[in-house]
Amino acid sequence: MKPDELLFAETHEWVHVAQEGGEKMATIGISEFALAQLTDLVYLELPEIGRTVAAGDEFGVVESVKAVSPLYSPVNGEVVAVNAALPDHLEILSESPYERGWIAKVRLTDEACLSKLLDVVTYQKQCACAGENG
Amino acid sequence: MADDLLRTPLYAWHADHQARLVAFAGWEMPVSYTSIVEEHQATRQALGLFDISHMGRLEFDGPGALAFLDRLVTRRVARMAPGQIRYALVTNENGGILDDVLVYALASSGPGPRVLMVVNASNRPKILAWLQRHLTADESVVIRDTTRQTAMIAVQGPTAIEVVAPQVDVDLRSMKYYSGAVTRLGATEIIISRTGYTGEDGCELIVPAASALTIWQQLVDLATPRGGRPAGLAARDTLRLEAGMPLYGHELSEDINPLQAGLDFAVQLRDHEFVGCHALQADAVAPARRRVGLQLDQRRVPREGYPVVHAGQVVGAITSGTFSPTFNRPIAMAYVEAPFATVGQLLDVDIRGRLAPAAVTPLPFYSRHSK
Repeated sequence: MKPDELLFAETHEWVHVAQEGGEKMATIGISEFALAQLTDLVYLELPEIGRTVAAGDEFGVVESVKAVSPLYSPVNGEVVAVNAALPDHLEILSESPYERGWIAKVRLTDEACLSKLLDVVTYQKQCACAGENG
Repeated sequence: MADDLLRTPLYAWHADHQARLVAFAGWEMPVSYTSIVEEHQATRQALGLFDISHMGRLEFDGPGALAFLDRLVTRRVARMAPGQIRYALVTNENGGILDDVLVYALASSGPGPRVLMVVNASNRPKILAWLQRHLTADESVVIRDTTRQTAMIAVQGPTAIEVVAPQVDVDLRSMKYYSGAVTRLGATEIIISRTGYTGEDGCELIVPAASALTIWQQLVDLATPRGGRPAGLAARDTLRLEAGMPLYGHELSEDINPLQAGLDFAVQLRDHEFVGCHALQADAVAPARRRVGLQLDQRRVPREGYPVVHAGQVVGAITSGTFSPTFNRPIAMAYVEAPFATVGQLLDVDIRGRLAPAAVTPLPFYSRHSK
């Protein structure tokens, strides 16, 4: 997936929405910018399959040597799949943030939550400001 | 970044070399250049170069300088011989730690040694005020804060000495650990010391601010072909944590005394009157809580402030924790109640609501002598 096909949360998760079996499915991961800022990942806690989440809910954790960062669900829905290979191969996140580095799939229960997400251009502007301040 | 942050003489170099810059103790400092783990491993295996210019440097002029400091630090410094450096604590009347410092007595042409104290960046204003307050009118000691006129560079790692030794006009190889000298690097007068905060062999250089960039670049050029590299504050933190060294604001504070911190080696109570000594004599029998090392067997990292638990009861708290690049597991330091501070004691750390087993482990976690 290319970044311009994705939506981004201010909290640095990306979302790709696609039609799967008559339902809207959101694939979620962490942006390349956020991964570059985190560096030295040591631990990933995946979301729980079957859990119902609302946009903004903490549903996982990523830890680097330096800090622990919550993963927030960018959408409303039910977690239906997680990328179980990731916790033992954290390098995949940085190698392929928008393909093999996907973290979870959430079956959307509404699409209104998507309107709060950013397109790649707006998201990158936010990152540029954060980079200068960070 | 806020405008009122101080910048070291090497700031432009860091910015030009993609350092991630963060606010630290009032300074804009490089936290890492590439990866914390790479910078950490380079320091363990070859050498790391650290800009530590944020550390406070205070000079003391006058023949009574060491006698003055002797009344304010936990270790006897009055009769230090030229060339000696001592680690000590500055304590308040209750024995609480105001700062941990290095006192340098350097050979000089004057009647007494040249006296220097290196203090933590965050404590520089506090310590300056504390020293001035305790300076009596009849003591002819002048305190000069030379932090902004100088830069400080740490060269740390197994190849640090062989890299620096040929560059300086002193026999660095035969200098003992915790010794220092005034020397020349090229045409520049510098202070060099066999000291550090990484658990590795190495040295630290205090250089004039105007020469800092040239000397830093020279060291980078010498280090790079040997696998050395600049390293930021984040690697400095993981290195010192593996080496079991306390950090002010984490393991050390005004609410903790040096005996609780396990720094007995730096406290001389016999025949030594200093501010805080009476409180420490009272606590010397058995501190109620102690600093310990903890290691964990999973990958979640115990962070500062997380509770340490035994049989459902909170018995302490984490003060520093990280994922150790050397041991590939989380390590931490904590204060726990004395009955739970024995090596081998099994405890739990409450990591965001879930308990993770931890074992009290001897400090330091890492020693270059037992590799």
